[in-house]
Amino acid sequence: MCLAVPGRVLHIEEGPLLTATVSFGGVTKDVSLVLVPEATVGDYVIVHVGFAISKLDEQAAQRSLEAFAALSELGEPEESAP
Amino acid sequence: MKYVTEFRDSKAARALSEAIRRTVRRPWTVMEVCGGQTHAIVRFGLDALFPPDLTLVHGPGCPVCVTPVGLIDQAIHLASLPGVVFCSFGDMLRVPGSARDLFAAKAAGGDVRVVYSPLDALALAQAHPDRQVICFAVGFETTAPAFAAAVVQARRLGVKNFSLLVAHVLVPPAIGAILNAPGNRVQGFLAAGHVCTVMGCEEYDELVRRHRVPIVVTGFEPLDILEGVLLLVRQLEAGRAEVENQYARSVRRQGNPEAQAILREVFEPAPRAWRGIGEIPQSGLRLRHAYAEFDAVERFRGDVALVGEGGVEDAECRSGLVLQGLLKPPDCPAFGNRCTPERPLGAPMVSSEGACAAYFRYRRRTDSLQEVRHGE
Amino acid sequence: MASEGTPAVSCPLPLASGDHVLLAHGGGGRLMQKLIGDVFLPAFANPLLAKLHDGAVFPVEAGRLAFTTDSYVVQPLFFPGGDIGSLAVYGTVNDLAMCGAKPLYLSVGFILEEGFSLELLQRIVDSMAEAAHKTQVQLVTGDTKVVDRGKGDGLFINTAGIGVVPPGVIVGPHRVQAGDRILLSGDLGAHGLAVLSMREGLRFGGGIESDAAPLHSVVAELLHSGVDVHCLRDLTRGGLASALNEIASTAKVGMTIEEQPILIQEPVRGACEILGLDPLYVANEGRFVAFVPSAQAETALAVLRRHAVSHNASAIGTVMGSNEPLVVLRTLLGTNRIVDLLSGDQLPRIC
Repeated sequence: MCLAVPGRVLHIEEGPLLTATVSFGGVTKDVSLVLVPEATVGDYVIVHVGFAISKLDEQAAQRSLEAFAALSELGEPEESAP
Repeated sequence: MKYVTEFRDSKAARALSEAIRRTVRRPWTVMEVCGGQTHAIVRFGLDALFPPDLTLVHGPGCPVCVTPVGLIDQAIHLASLPGVVFCSFGDMLRVPGSARDLFAAKAAGGDVRVVYSPLDALALAQAHPDRQVICFAVGFETTAPAFAAAVVQARRLGVKNFSLLVAHVLVPPAIGAILNAPGNRVQGFLAAGHVCTVMGCEEYDELVRRHRVPIVVTGFEPLDILEGVLLLVRQLEAGRAEVENQYARSVRRQGNPEAQAILREVFEPAPRAWRGIGEIPQSGLRLRHAYAEFDAVERFRGDVALVGEGGVEDAECRSGLVLQGLLKPPDCPAFGNRCTPERPLGAPMVSSEGACAAYFRYRRRTDSLQEVRHGE
Repeated sequence: MASEGTPAVSCPLPLASGDHVLLAHGGGGRLMQKLIGDVFLPAFANPLLAKLHDGAVFPVEAGRLAFTTDSYVVQPLFFPGGDIGSLAVYGTVNDLAMCGAKPLYLSVGFILEEGFSLELLQRIVDSMAEAAHKTQVQLVTGDTKVVDRGKGDGLFINTAGIGVVPPGVIVGPHRVQAGDRILLSGDLGAHGLAVLSMREGLRFGGGIESDAAPLHSVVAELLHSGVDVHCLRDLTRGGLASALNEIASTAKVGMTIEEQPILIQEPVRGACEILGLDPLYVANEGRFVAFVPSAQAETALAVLRRHAVSHNASAIGTVMGSNEPLVVLRTLLGTNRIVDLLSGDQLPRIC
């Protein structure tokens, strides 16, 4: 359920719906920040049916990626053995 | 795309797959609750990365699949009324009601429109003040706050021709129902990361306490799902049962307070029938009394009464068992012969996340896949 | 655009006829003559059309003819990177090119809805004329019908095309065989998303432009280059996935393709992610696949890359022996997935 995609906040329009322009790999869509009012320009937000539902925690994402990288390194010697 | 592409890295996927293989020592059956995760598993062929002892069961987390036939019949009836614009997410249009689907209602003259957001439906209502715009409010806790926000905005703007046909469902009661079902085989769950983004993890603590079953809140990219499975089998092999959060970049323990507040402001829990499964207590949402004017069932009371709530599910469809993980789609007698994506008996054969459709399209020909693989 | 500007129809012969299409524009009388004389003839000017006969009569070179038809009902009529007019020319030109033919003549049938803006019609006709000029085909015969208001969607266009297949050129799914390399001419999905980006309720920005383009020149050069092209197919409705499945089932072969070399522009990928669409199934109007013997794949790619329309061409897969007619995708993760035909159009999803 619940297709939601991270995008970057480019611009915020004050108003009851806190409408933001959010970029998804270059394509832009109007997204309401009413559920994530703390988001600011430059933040990544996770967007579902036209609403941001969370501010993406970039540090947490980085930690996950580093953990994956470490795990990949562990597997490396076997793969690259001649 | 940043924060998407990195979570699809093949080297890390292989490493996670290896780690899962090393961890699994006994046969386990785990369920990914969410249709979005089922979709990712199918799209990226992730099941090939799991060891044979690990069985993944596709759960009931496809809101399109579990919307009861009676509600779809009501939707079709409302969509066919003159003066009505009926809005829906795209994947709902092909799901069969008792006799036909929303596409058939459109073909018969109903004004049925696909929207991306509840706000698009609200905009249609503003653009067509002479028409009644009804939006099919389908979805889990992730989607309900969006519909709630649209309703609040409609009230603020004084939009009088906008209403919802509410079909919202809640995840924890469904997991409870699966765990309580006689013959349950599911030993651990990947919980839906976006539902938990809104609701947080506390409801799941309760399930873990009551049923001693591990639950890992998991994201939707391949590396998320693989890591979620790894954390789950680690718990299973160690005999632990806890709520773990794999999807920390989006899910906070407390969830999203703004989203929860607006959800509670507009909706309240209600009993809800799940297609193929039956009624699950307090597993749905309905509009609170204060927002009854936005309830299509209230606004079109006479018309909805004509349709009733019953709805006739196809007697042969065993999707309820499939959605609870009690039956594999290919073991259903109707699978692939009397029930196909072109002529579906039940919803899971329709939606691209539906377990039956996924099996039909990708697994029906596993043997051929093997041949191709060996032919390389 | 309602009825403003439509003059009183009581006047039997409104010379200017106002800004909108009237039923009389399809009625065979003076108003129709005027439409043809003012709009179609000047735009499509060529000696065969100028004869204003019931049909076009022309000599043909010895050899074989290719003959195809297609109807265009796209909404909106104007979209980023194109419009229904140029699409109606390129689409049919491309279908001829996919037969290995040099496109020569097109017919055009307009079905206009009463009340349609004459100014828009003029723009669409001009766009067709420009597309015809660019592709060196002639629009030699045509027809116009007007339907009652509410019985059409503004405007529909049908074009049919005739082309000549050079001697020795035999292109078709029946020639596809095990070992053939599958070449893809460029990135996927831009046309489908460009059109979707304009739809009410799905609208998004960011400048995705349709890939609509004529493919006849690159195909002509490919056929002249000595490459023994076995099959060509443009990737319109249903996209790459549907095209490969159709060929696999006609040719009774299996195919494996790789996800890695399949190019998708970042904005198209983004739009697909938010709408839950699989770009492999999204429509294109200027992309094709070529099936060529493995030994000639590099030569063929070099030809494709010399043309702007296919400069991103790459080899994406191989035809397998006569298994079941399955198309198997090797994903970026190194796993396999069957790429099947869909039951219908892809629908934006929420799950």
